[in-house]
Amino acid sequence: MSTTSPSSRLGALLMAPVNALMRIVDVPLRGLQKATGLGGMAAFFLAPNMLIFGIFVLLPLVINFVYSMTGGTAFFLSERSFVGADQYARLFTCADYLDPMSCQEDAFWTAVGNTFWFVVLQVTLMILTALITALILNRDLAARSFWRAVFFFPVLLSPVVVGLIWKWILQRQGLLNFMLYQFGNEPYTWLTDRNWTFVATIGVSIWAHMGFYALILLAGLQAIPKDLYEAAEMDGTKPARVFWRITLPLLAPNLLVVVVLALIRAVQIFDEVYVLTGGGPGTSTLYLTQYIYETGFASALRNPGLAAAASILMGAVLVVLTLFQLGIGRRQENKGKR
Amino acid sequence: MGVASRFILRRRGGKGWHWTDIVTWIWLIGGLIIMFGPAVWLAFSSFKTPAALAEFPPSILPYVTSQATVEGYDKPLQLFDTKMPDGSTRVLAEVRRIGVMSQMVDPKAPGEIIRVNMNDRTPVRTVSFATENYTEPFVHFDFLRYLWNSVFVTVVATLITLVVNSMAAFALSKYEFKGRSLAMLVILATLMVPLSVIMVPLYSIISSLGLFNSLWGVILPTVATPTGVFILRQYMLTIPDELIDAARMDKASEWQIYWRIVLPLTAPALAVLAIFSVVWRWNDFLWPLIVLSRRELYTLQVGLSIYSGELNVQWHFILAMTVVTMVPVVLVFIFLQRFITTGIAGTGLK
Repeated sequence: MSTTSPSSRLGALLMAPVNALMRIVDVPLRGLQKATGLGGMAAFFLAPNMLIFGIFVLLPLVINFVYSMTGGTAFFLSERSFVGADQYARLFTCADYLDPMSCQEDAFWTAVGNTFWFVVLQVTLMILTALITALILNRDLAARSFWRAVFFFPVLLSPVVVGLIWKWILQRQGLLNFMLYQFGNEPYTWLTDRNWTFVATIGVSIWAHMGFYALILLAGLQAIPKDLYEAAEMDGTKPARVFWRITLPLLAPNLLVVVVLALIRAVQIFDEVYVLTGGGPGTSTLYLTQYIYETGFASALRNPGLAAAASILMGAVLVVLTLFQLGIGRRQENKGKR
Repeated sequence: MGVASRFILRRRGGKGWHWTDIVTWIWLIGGLIIMFGPAVWLAFSSFKTPAALAEFPPSILPYVTSQATVEGYDKPLQLFDTKMPDGSTRVLAEVRRIGVMSQMVDPKAPGEIIRVNMNDRTPVRTVSFATENYTEPFVHFDFLRYLWNSVFVTVVATLITLVVNSMAAFALSKYEFKGRSLAMLVILATLMVPLSVIMVPLYSIISSLGLFNSLWGVILPTVATPTGVFILRQYMLTIPDELIDAARMDKASEWQIYWRIVLPLTAPALAVLAIFSVVWRWNDFLWPLIVLSRRELYTLQVGLSIYSGELNVQWHFILAMTVVTMVPVVLVFIFLQRFITTGIAGTGLK
């Protein structure tokens, strides 16, 4: 043992108490195994996960429905009164169904409208930039893994950090105004302008997440057989035609998965926007998750039942999108088998 | 040099510049600036004094105006590059200013007062890093506390995630039992249950368990991740069952098989899950924001966002703490980026 390296000796030293613990744990577990057999052991291995999962995911999922049918400001279910479908009715009470401001819960419909336009614009622009990035990274580049890393970098940053980075750039003495100043423009307070904040939330969320989707699309591009391109080149096919006839059709399944994934995430947008704009100015960047959060917890007139009802409506949209995604996966698998 | 640039600027087919080559390089260089620029700008800004941060147009490097203590004057005086009537420039200290004329002294010979027009002098500026932006928040605010809370949550949650999910993955990949496919289905079906849909009831469950305002309330709901079970199970399915049968012949207990045989063989998948878990838990924001309402329990992310709302003027502290919050993730990015990108490309998880 005298030839072991210092690092492996340190590792052994660190693992010694863990190994001792595992040996102690093994004694009662052998007893359990003798008493219940392999089936019991399977249950034992599955139990911690299922317990945590049941308490913190499945149970909330179920009692969310109960919540949405109760009223009051208390959080414990026993202290809440049953109100039936009142919370849903409240969300859907509008004087004029074409005007969100005429609804009783105008904030909810403002959030729905904002989220809708955010999702449409953000997903379209993000997938487009991700596709261009993936196509460029798929070329015969030197140091490709470096360039791939460049576009991936913001994906790992925390949403709070992303929000603060851009808040710092968009503020009055910020970098954006500095660059525009070089061209003779006066400094502008971007984050107090209703339209620009909306644009900023779209741009910032694209900046933060685009690399992730580019990476998946790049993997899809690399899975396209090279001989197809060689054959096209031998036939003298124009590059544009190669793109429309080979690349795009073969990438379509990946593209569809990526679009649905991006939709699911965009519907839930919250963190970076909350830090960047706080939903403002006014309600110009109030999105659904923030509405649920503020209705449930933050506002002085908190109403957990209403928040639960709104979250169930949002969940319904997500379920449809998820089923759609699983459907695509199933179809692709079947295709693979054939 | 010629060989290197020819290698780096390798072009399509090697003949002339095609328009796609130009687009490629504009996109790559533009991407480099847009993706890294904002974070680099933030890092540079974090070393500036409040006065330098309020300046417009801003400078890239952190400058401060130089001062000097001059004999006969109590307060330090600001230094200026001054253009003298004879055309030469001297470094002088300003005593006071009356109208457009300012009274200056030479720091080396403070006896004589020199009067110059204020337009003939420019402040002497030197590069100086305001490291107190970093040290003060740790002393005067609770940032050390927040840092510790974040580290605690990240490490404990990751350890529990690895143990709990690998045990479940072991059961789901190496045992035949009734309800196995049902368990798998339930896990897969909830793969997409986002926090925003269940936050209200989850909060009430956390409160009933007495975990409100506790770091455990932040940790526990996140540890049983379906993605974790999924990637570990896929990996364990590739471990041959003969290995486990042989161990059973040798009278190894099931726990020993899990601990001594299956876990070491699953190390690569565990490493990927560990990296992801560290990044997820370090970056978590909405759930800690709901569960933690006492200041001393804030994680870095929550503390940072609350302070950026309150200390709106104190950007110098906020920028420095943002950099501190960013550092672990940047380290992960530099050293483990390859694992993450191949992990995402292979499984599509995030």
